[in-house]
Amino acid sequence: MTAREEILGRIRAAAVPPAPAAPRRYLRHAPGLAEDDRPAVLALFVERLEEYGARVLRADRPGPAVAEALAAEGARSVVLPDGLPAEWTADWDGESRPDRPPLPNAELDATEAVLTGCTAAVAESGTLILDGGPAQGRRAATLLPDLHVCVVRAEQVHSALPGALARLDPRRPLTFISGPSATADIEMIRVRGVHGPRRLVVVLLD
Amino acid sequence: MTRSFLGWPAFPAAARQEVENRQLRENVRRATHTIRGKRAALAAERPDWEDLRDAAAAIKDRVLADLERYLLQVEERVTAAGGTVHWARDAAEANRIVTDLVRATGESEIVKVKSMLTEEIGLDAALAAAGINARETDLAAAIVQLGDDLPSHVVVPALHRNRTEIRDIFVREMGRHGRPAPEGLTDDPAELAEAARLHLREKFLGAKVAVSGANFMVAETGTMVVVESEGNGRMCLTLADTLISVVGIEKTVPSWQDLEVFLQVLARNATGERMSPYTSTWTGTTDGDGPRTFHLVLVDNGRTRALADPTGRQALRCIRCGACMNICPVYERTGGHAYGSVYPGPIGAILNPLLKGLDDPQTASLPYASTLCGACNEVCPVRIRFTDVLLDLRAQVADGGQHPVERAALNTVGAVMERPMLWKAAVKSAGLVGPLLPERLKPPGVLGGWTDSRTLPDIPRESFRSWWKRNEGGAQ
Ligand code: SF4
Repeated sequence: MTAREEILGRIRAAAVPPAPAAPRRYLRHAPGLAEDDRPAVLALFVERLEEYGARVLRADRPGPAVAEALAAEGARSVVLPDGLPAEWTADWDGESRPDRPPLPNAELDATEAVLTGCTAAVAESGTLILDGGPAQGRRAATLLPDLHVCVVRAEQVHSALPGALARLDPRRPLTFISGPSATADIEMIRVRGVHGPRRLVVVLLD
Repeated sequence: MTRSFLGWPAFPAAARQEVENRQLRENVRRATHTIRGKRAALAAERPDWEDLRDAAAAIKDRVLADLERYLLQVEERVTAAGGTVHWARDAAEANRIVTDLVRATGESEIVKVKSMLTEEIGLDAALAAAGINARETDLAAAIVQLGDDLPSHVVVPALHRNRTEIRDIFVREMGRHGRPAPEGLTDDPAELAEAARLHLREKFLGAKVAVSGANFMVAETGTMVVVESEGNGRMCLTLADTLISVVGIEKTVPSWQDLEVFLQVLARNATGERMSPYTSTWTGTTDGDGPRTFHLVLVDNGRTRALADPTGRQALRCIRCGACMNICPVYERTGGHAYGSVYPGPIGAILNPLLKGLDDPQTASLPYASTLCGACNEVCPVRIRFTDVLLDLRAQVADGGQHPVERAALNTVGAVMERPMLWKAAVKSAGLVGPLLPERLKPPGVLGGWTDSRTLPDIPRESFRSWWKRNEGGAQ
C-alpha cells in the first residue's frame, strides 16, 4: 500500500462524525467604525501604520510625495518594478533601476530602496497587500532593498481583512506586509528590521 | 550533532531539574508575562473575539470531519498549480522524502524557515546524517540551533535564553557556520539582531534549496500560507530555486475565506499584534517570481492516531499560537524542555500522548503535567477543552496499565462510588479516623491504594453528608 492510501485509510477508519457549518457572526469591518465612514477608515489606517513605525505621507499627487519620501530616508538608488506609472518618479532625481530584465539578487541587495504600488490594504491592521501585479514587482524586489516606499490609493484601503481577502486572487504570489521587519525573540524586546526592509514609507493618495 | 528529545525523562523528573534552574525560571516568567499582557489587550480590542473563536473552532472541526476530501483537494490543486505532492506516514518517511529531494538538487547546504513539524520529525539531524547542512533562519530557531539546544516554546523557541546567553552563543558559534559575529558584540538586542542579519544574509543569497512548513494550507485553492515577523520566511520562500514545504495534514482549512478568521486571530493570540509583519502565500509555482520547483510533503506522524480519539481529536485544531503555554502556571515554572517535546505546555501535555500513544513513560506522564486550572481553555483561539482531554487521557493511562497503582485506585473508587452504601461507609470511616492520620499514611479500608500516587488531602473531621444533614439538608 502507498503512504497516500494508508493515510487516507486511517482517516476513514477514524470515522469522525460530520460537523455543522461554521458560524460567522464576527465583524466584517473594523470594530468601532461605521462601515461607510471613509475618513475614519483612512485615519485608522494611518494610525496603525504609524504604530508600527512606518512613515505615512498623505498627498493628492504621487510625484512630489514619492520624491520627498525617498529623499527623507536618504535613498539614492531605487528599484522600479514593471508597470510603474512614470508620474510616480517624475520628481525623483536619484538613480532608477528598472527591474527589466530582472535584476540579479546581488544587485537588488545593493539597491537602497524599492518603490511599488499595492493591490489592497487593510486599515484595521495597517496591512499592505502585494500580488506581483503591475507596479508591485517580484517578491525578491520588495524584499532585498532596505527601504520600501509603497503608494496606496485611498479606494484600495479596506476597513478590515475580510473585505480585502475577498478581492484577492489566491493563485497569485501574495505578500501581506504589516509594518517593517521586526523580531521580539530576544527577551520579548521588539527590534525593528531583521531580514526584510527595515524602513517602510506609505504614500497615501487621497 | 544536534540534541534531541529522544529518551527524555518523564515529566516529573525533568521538571524537578528545570524548576531548580533559577535563571531559566526568570527568563520564562518574564517572557510569558510580557506576551500575556499584550495578548489580553489585543483580544479585548475585538468585541467579536468570542465569535472569532467560535468560527475558528468550527472551521477546524469541519476539516477534521472531512479530512480525506480536503486532502485530496489540496493534492489536486497543488498539482494543477505546478507543484508535486508527497505523502509520509511517519517521521522516518518524511525525512527520507526530503533528503532525497535535496539530494536530487545536488546541494549540501540549505536554508529553513522555522517549522515545528520539522523539529517534531527531527529533520535537521536526518539531513545532517546525509551530509546536508540545514541552517535555521528564524532568529530564535537560529539561537537554538547555534547553541546546540532544543526549542522550548512554539512561537519563541529561545524564550528560555536571555540576552547575555544569546550573545555568548553568537560569539562562540557564528564563525563556525559562516560569517562570524562582529568584533565587540554587546548583548544589546538590536546589535544581536543585526549580527544575525549579517550572518544569515549570505546564506539567503546563496541558497538554492529552502525547506519550510506552513501555518495553513487552503484546500479549495491549494494555497500555502506562512506567517512570520522577520522576513527570513520571505527570503527562503522567494530566493531559493527549489522550495520543499513539509506540512502536517491537520494544517488544512477548507476555503480561502476561512483565512479571514485565522489571520485575524493568530498574531493577536500569539504575540499580541493585529497581524504579524509578514504573511506570504503561494499556490504552486509562478513564472518569473520565486522558486521554479515546489514540493509539498503531507505528513501524518501520529495525526490520524489522534484523529481516532473521540475526545482527543480536538487537539488537532491547534494553530500553534502558544497562548496556552504563556498562561500555564506549570509551564511558567518548568519551562518548555520538561515536556520532552517540541510541543510543550498544555498543548504538549495532550498532543504528544495523542500523537505517540501512551506506551512509554515519558508521554504517559504528560497528562499529569497540569493543575487542571483551566486557564488554557480560556485563551485557546480554537477552543480546545484541555481539561476534558487531560482527564480522558489520565483515564486511558489508568486503563492501559501504565500506572497500575492509579488504575487499581480508580477502579476501587469507581466500584465504591457505584454503591452508595459502601461509599457512605468508606467516607465515614475515613472521616472518623482522618484527624489521627499523618499526611502520608494510607486511609483505612477500600480507599487505600489512592495515596500511593498522591498526597492525601486533609480529611475533614466531619463527613460532608453528615454536615449537610445537620445544616440545610437536615433543616428541610
Ligand atoms: S492549543 Fe490553542 S492556545 Fe495552545 S498553541 Fe494551540 S491554538 Fe494556541
